[in-house]
Amino acid sequence: MADLVATDLCMTFTNPQTGAKVEALKDVNFRLKEGEILSVLGPSGCGKTTLLNIVAGFINPSSGTVALDDEIIKGPGADRGMVFQQGALFEWLPVEKNVDFGLRMKKTGKAEAAAKVDHWLDTVGLQGFGKTPTYQLSGGMQQRVALARCLVNDPEVILMDEPLGALDALTREKMQSLVLELWKETGKTIMIITHSVEEALLLGERLFVMAPRPGRLHKEYRLPFAERGLNESLREIKKDPEFSRVREEILTMIWDMEEEIMGRV
Amino acid sequence: MFDWLSDNRALIAAVLILLALVSFVATIVIGRKQSAIREKDEVFGDPERNKRGWYWAVCGVSALFLIWFYYSWGTARAFFPKAANELCQVAKLDEALSPINAALPATSRYYKSTTLVARNREQLEALAIPAGIFTAAEQAQSQALYAKVSSLLALQSDPSHLGQDARNELEALATGLSGLASDLEARAKAGNDAPSAEALAQPSWGTTHVEIPLLPETARGVAFDAIAMQASGLAKSFTRIRNHPPEAEALITEIRGEIDALQEAQASDPAMQEARDDFLKAFERIFRRLDDGTIFPAAALNGVEAAIDNLDKASMVAQGGLSWVAFAFFPGGEIVKSRTQCTEQGTGRWLPKPTDVVAQLGQLANPNLEDGGGFKGTTLLWWKWLPIADIVAFFVPDWIADVMPGDYARNNELGEVNPNFKDHVLAFAQGDIYMGAIPMLDGHIWDSLFRVIVALVLGVVLGVPLGIMMGVSRFFKSFFDPLIELYRPVPPLAWAPLILTIFGIQDDGKIFLLFMVAFAIMVISARTGASGTQLSKIRASHSLGASVGQILRHVILPNAMPEILTGIRIAIGVCWGTLVAAEMLAGTTGVGFIENVARTVSDYELIWVTILIMGVLGLVFDMCMRWVIHKTIPWRGKG
Repeated sequence: MADLVATDLCMTFTNPQTGAKVEALKDVNFRLKEGEILSVLGPSGCGKTTLLNIVAGFINPSSGTVALDDEIIKGPGADRGMVFQQGALFEWLPVEKNVDFGLRMKKTGKAEAAAKVDHWLDTVGLQGFGKTPTYQLSGGMQQRVALARCLVNDPEVILMDEPLGALDALTREKMQSLVLELWKETGKTIMIITHSVEEALLLGERLFVMAPRPGRLHKEYRLPFAERGLNESLREIKKDPEFSRVREEILTMIWDMEEEIMGRV
Repeated sequence: MFDWLSDNRALIAAVLILLALVSFVATIVIGRKQSAIREKDEVFGDPERNKRGWYWAVCGVSALFLIWFYYSWGTARAFFPKAANELCQVAKLDEALSPINAALPATSRYYKSTTLVARNREQLEALAIPAGIFTAAEQAQSQALYAKVSSLLALQSDPSHLGQDARNELEALATGLSGLASDLEARAKAGNDAPSAEALAQPSWGTTHVEIPLLPETARGVAFDAIAMQASGLAKSFTRIRNHPPEAEALITEIRGEIDALQEAQASDPAMQEARDDFLKAFERIFRRLDDGTIFPAAALNGVEAAIDNLDKASMVAQGGLSWVAFAFFPGGEIVKSRTQCTEQGTGRWLPKPTDVVAQLGQLANPNLEDGGGFKGTTLLWWKWLPIADIVAFFVPDWIADVMPGDYARNNELGEVNPNFKDHVLAFAQGDIYMGAIPMLDGHIWDSLFRVIVALVLGVVLGVPLGIMMGVSRFFKSFFDPLIELYRPVPPLAWAPLILTIFGIQDDGKIFLLFMVAFAIMVISARTGASGTQLSKIRASHSLGASVGQILRHVILPNAMPEILTGIRIAIGVCWGTLVAAEMLAGTTGVGFIENVARTVSDYELIWVTILIMGVLGLVFDMCMRWVIHKTIPWRGKG
């Protein structure tokens, strides 16, 4: 049962100079079942990225645990793949060397690695770009490379930190379809942090809206749009009145939270 | 071939100068046309505006060569090859007249007599009589002495008291000089003086170590040479003229007598006696300078001065076009005759002509040492057979033989020594066993290069790992930072005396000095590169399952590559500069060594050759590094 389970997760940052404490996360509990796709929304400073970094193992929580496969996460690992906003590709390597980076680190055989690289480059739509330097690719293509690099490692969970934030609208829509396709094809558990309410609705089978100060889960939605997006055009889904209603509801919610913060400052 | 080129360097220079002129003008024309074309597509400030433009590079190089030729008097030698020899003869006349000119306000601002009077008056006024050394009578007498010396100065400066002998001699001198002037003018106009065969056989200007041929090679030169000889006789007679007016003679005897009397009289107090002796000695010193008759009334020299002026004018007329050549083509200096030779002074001296520099370089680059090539028994850049045994001896320490079981061979009862295995091992470790040889580069340039390369390799191999560790680890950064930051700012040359003492003046010391330089630069650049790795890349590699070692090797090292390569580029430059300076301090080979020797003997051609070699090699290094950077890190700044 490869579920991702967060139990009483708290994260308090202490400023080493002033000793001031900030509660970035407080009592976060959730269970993400295997194969679910989750998007996390919230105003800036609500602890979305902190939550993701804890799940990835880059930082340790002050208290509480995150467990994958009933095993408590203590540090970063290949079972949780990351996709960053800017791709974080290794610009000194060509596309295929970026993609097989994880395999090389595991010392996988060359033939096997090459086959996997070819497969995933095909899947993300980059056939024939293996030898291209990454800096010659457009932003969307770089993000495809980042996805392939993550998937080739066959992680149990894929964590995405605003993966499409830096892309133009058209590319973004294509990439959203790609993410849904990959989700269906691989059946991976996926957790996406995003700023875009529309994207969260389209990609999230489940959706958490987080609230700031202290960072906590504010409301959870279960949405049909990701499932529909596998077969329907995303643009059609966006025209759905139900889609618009939920979007307005969440936008108002986040707007109010931002207002509240501004009022407090 | 080489000799022919060497003898005809003036001709070659003439061709080169014309070529440089043509290319200078042509590239300006091309450049202006190109600018006119491009002006339409490029606004001011467009970065494209500083791209390409070979023609301006050629234009700049041509201008540089023209300026070099001009100020080194290369143009003068190319187009007026006899001018230096003629100017040498003119300089001979100047030298011959210099004793007379020294007395006149021609070369200095004042008459020599004026300077003497001023100085003596000043000293006389500054010399006070210490209190209590004289009795009242003596006191009055010495004060009168002051007045007498003062009136002696007046007598010698008064034209109406000028001695008759001096008057006659000065008149004769003026007449003699006037005669020389008309003689010079006449001979130059006639122009039928023939140079001697010996003079014509002299090597031409600048082809041998005798810079300028001394004997006159032209009719004008012969005239000046002959006049200079006579002028020299006149100048000698001038130095013997003394101004002794009869009134002054009497005064001198009187003053001397009084000084003697004062010196003989004793003071009662021995302490007073000492002060008294000091004062009288000082007073006598001033007086002595006045009694030899070298002070003349300024007006008494009028005749001589006019004659010298006359001779100068005659010289200008006789020189004719030569004075224009001297003015236009011998900038920043002049040709000076001193004792037995004529030399170039000013820019002509310290800026050797381009052709001479090339000739000097050709001589240095000649690998045949017996033929006068190379420098101090070492070629500039050549090859040699390097015995393999030497390399083995370098790497295999002698103690390998020492720690082997058994003893070294001893002399036996037959008086023989039979080496055993242990001896053979020692011979091997010491490089005494011939194992063949491999071809190896050799020469001053290679020695310098070798030192830089070895130091650089050591610096990179040790500095980069430490720098990377300092970039990623708080412990390494803080532990080593004080050490490196303390020694790095010290100029390498400040370390040199210490390092040379510890490691010796051979390669070891210099390599260590350069290693210190390269090491600090490499540590700092690798550290900057490593600490500049984007956090997201590190996190991505963690998530892809890379271990700490793998992240160092596959992410942080490549990420630091641009800084490391830039560091190498900087280190090469700094090492090269330091090396040359270190070689100037000590050693027997290397480019810096050549310059050091050249400096001690003021061989400006050699100095310029070494400067050129260093510049060109530095340029080559930098171009290589730029190429390497271009090839290895095309992704720089694109992550």
